[in-house]
Amino acid sequence: MKSITLPATIDSINNATDFINEVLEEADCPMRTKIQLDIALDELMSNVARYAYPQGEGDITVSVEILETPKRVVLTLIDSGIPYDPLKKDDPDVSLSAEEREIGGLGIYIVKESMDDLQYEYKNNQNIVTIVKRF
Amino acid sequence: MNLEKAMTDGVLTVNLEGKLDTGTAPQAEKELEADVLSAQKVVLDMKSLKYLSSAGLRLILKIYKNMKGKDGLIVKNVNENIMEIFELTGFMDILQIE
Repeated sequence: MKSITLPATIDSINNATDFINEVLEEADCPMRTKIQLDIALDELMSNVARYAYPQGEGDITVSVEILETPKRVVLTLIDSGIPYDPLKKDDPDVSLSAEEREIGGLGIYIVKESMDDLQYEYKNNQNIVTIVKRF
Repeated sequence: MNLEKAMTDGVLTVNLEGKLDTGTAPQAEKELEADVLSAQKVVLDMKSLKYLSSAGLRLILKIYKNMKGKDGLIVKNVNENIMEIFELTGFMDILQIE
């Protein structure tokens, strides 16, 4: 497993994306899966950057692991911010017309739909979000 | 993320290149804001756009709403990664995709 710890900011998302892509490329992860993971990371990490540390600054640790049979990527995001379960948010109504539409919740919905698994736990004062994608 | 834009007879054509995500969408929004307000129609060319996240969808929806009552928004040259996001989120049913 490889990990990187960065300030939990929007600016860090690029660094985290480069970090996971390097691991994914080494593992011969298909381009489509890599892009889905990059999008999922953007959605989850932007949530942490915006909401985890309302009182100031904090870190986020991104870990990536490639497991075999079935071959899959396990991506974990850990922060020490306020407890926030992204899975608790109701799914948006994706059948609404543009006028009625609000964009909130779409990011997490994209992650839920495009990944094979999405889990949340709050342990030792940390938010731990884990996503799994087979390839 | 690179963005090229051109206004011809009220039609704003925007070529998006790279990725439209949390890091890049606010900048793109800022660069397009004034042009979108004065345009009659917007064409988003995604030929060189690799992917977008919900931050990109937010920008597209904003442009779409700005074009209501005008000549609309057209999205073209959408790759399969972007199409998948449009399908998942129901944007397929809203957008005019060429």
